Amino acid sequence: MSEERGTVAAPDTSRSELPKPQWNRHLLVLAGLAVVLIPLPLLLPGAQQSVAVRVLIFALMAIGWNVMSGFGGMFSFGHAAYFGLGAYVSAYLLVNHGVSPWIGMVAGAIVAALFAVLVGFLALRYRLKGAYFALSTFAFAEMLRLVAINSDLVNRAVGYTVPLRDEPSWWYMQFEPGAPQYFHLALGLTVAALAISILFLRSRVGRFSVAVRDDEDAAAALGIPVMRTKLTTIALSAAITSVAGTFYVQYYFFVDPDVAFGSSVSIQAILPAVIGGVATIWGPVIGALVLGPLNDVTATLLRDPPEALDFLQGRAGLDVMIYAVLLILIVLLLPQGVYGAIRDRLQSSRARRRR
Amino acid sequence: MTLLEVAGMSRSFRGLTAVDDVSFSVDEGSILGIIGPNGAGKTTLFNLIAGAIRPDSGTATLAGRDITGLAPHRVSAAGMARTFQLMKPFGSMSVLDNVAVSAMAAGTTRRNATTSAADIVERVGLSRWRDARSKGLPTAGLKRLELARALASRPRILLLDEVLAGLVPAERTPVLELLEKLRAEDGVTLVFVEHIMAAVMRLSDEVLVLDQGRVLTLGSPQAVTSDPRVIEAYLGEEPSGARS
Repeated sequence: MSEERGTVAAPDTSRSELPKPQWNRHLLVLAGLAVVLIPLPLLLPGAQQSVAVRVLIFALMAIGWNVMSGFGGMFSFGHAAYFGLGAYVSAYLLVNHGVSPWIGMVAGAIVAALFAVLVGFLALRYRLKGAYFALSTFAFAEMLRLVAINSDLVNRAVGYTVPLRDEPSWWYMQFEPGAPQYFHLALGLTVAALAISILFLRSRVGRFSVAVRDDEDAAAALGIPVMRTKLTTIALSAAITSVAGTFYVQYYFFVDPDVAFGSSVSIQAILPAVIGGVATIWGPVIGALVLGPLNDVTATLLRDPPEALDFLQGRAGLDVMIYAVLLILIVLLLPQGVYGAIRDRLQSSRARRRR
Repeated sequence: MTLLEVAGMSRSFRGLTAVDDVSFSVDEGSILGIIGPNGAGKTTLFNLIAGAIRPDSGTATLAGRDITGLAPHRVSAAGMARTFQLMKPFGSMSVLDNVAVSAMAAGTTRRNATTSAADIVERVGLSRWRDARSKGLPTAGLKRLELARALASRPRILLLDEVLAGLVPAERTPVLELLEKLRAEDGVTLVFVEHIMAAVMRLSDEVLVLDQGRVLTLGSPQAVTSDPRVIEAYLGEEPSGARS
């Protein structure tokens, strides 16, 4: 929001009136949504179900990104690093040692959080800000990609294929192709991540994180340990996004360096949050709902275009172009994101009614 | 008893000496006013004491503990709070949340922080804007918010950087009364930078005059304002001007 400076009139306080944060209401809505969505696989045909799972993976990645870059204000362009670590650590443990992906998920989250703290510490220690900070996160993600490509330990560019089991198993996160369990698993993880992000925002360290984002000097002067707060935020963010990586491998049975650490992965963590609303609780989910189905819509359109759009037949890359156009439109028209715009509109209309 | 002791504090920026061998001490429960022309080094001195920047030389001691060069959040934990001349609200938060975060940083639990923040908000006269987004506050509100946030950290000593600047005279009186009450009731020690001489005269036990980074003189308000060197430092300009 751009504030007008130097106006003589008293500021319109009713417009800037903030509703009290309703943490419990957010949690209740979340619980309600989770319950409502449980029967969804019964209603959706198989192909739509995979779209729903993709939406949840997007959401999970973006919820993680939003903790660091939205609430914490540290723009990350390298969340592929954490997604990839979640994918690789769990895949390595599963394929080479037969360790359950659940344990791999925890291990991946820990490794991702530690790596994030290291990267964050270096970037913050040398006082990188804004674009330079973002570029440093990008550089570390690229570094991991190159390490993976050149390391025999993780099969170089080949990566891992998850071995198929005879029996479906919750313990090994493997079910029949297209089984509703995948959806339920992704739903459970996403709901948990969202609940954690709400609880974080409400917590002491979460409040500190927002304070540091808003004004670092003031936060420090009031006794908030700036570095520790930032690193805690970064660690949580990385851990959440890494969970998406672990699930991704189990769902698609496959990971390689590009799929895990490629820069497009970082973008996929950013886009839903930006479209839905950065630094809002629900933004990443709403953005994922917009982005997830886009892939399929464009793919269908390209395979079998209506007559008027004949020239599209057989062309690739339309989804990327639509992403770009969508992003430009959002940034221009709804700088607060879809959720932010709706929320602001509701608030101002409520304020108008009160008058 | 001496609460804050500053000895031989110096700092220069690219050859320009902003603070030059400044020494003074503040007794517990007393009020020290700091005046000086623009660019005299008042804000830099605050930044040096509060840990926002490191001194080239010199020490700051708070209640017998050396706080020189400590990170700002450690200085705060040692019992010092400061306000900023250019207000630094947590813009996305409500006024109440700004103050509550400060109380939490001082170790209050989340629940109690909101209660004590509500008290402080009322005390500094911000109740009207309690739930407003702090970014939209007018100057007078932001100045009080700075004060409220500093108070919420329950400091033993409070460094105030021009809390009255930008306030119209009618807005100054309640703030002055509040500061007097803080000393009288809570025993808070105050060090404040101020251009408004009426306030300096009214509040200060002692006044420190800075000029070009050096201590020009230190004494009672009456002695200082009749000192010809002080008048000279303000270049003949009567140091009672309502600059802001």
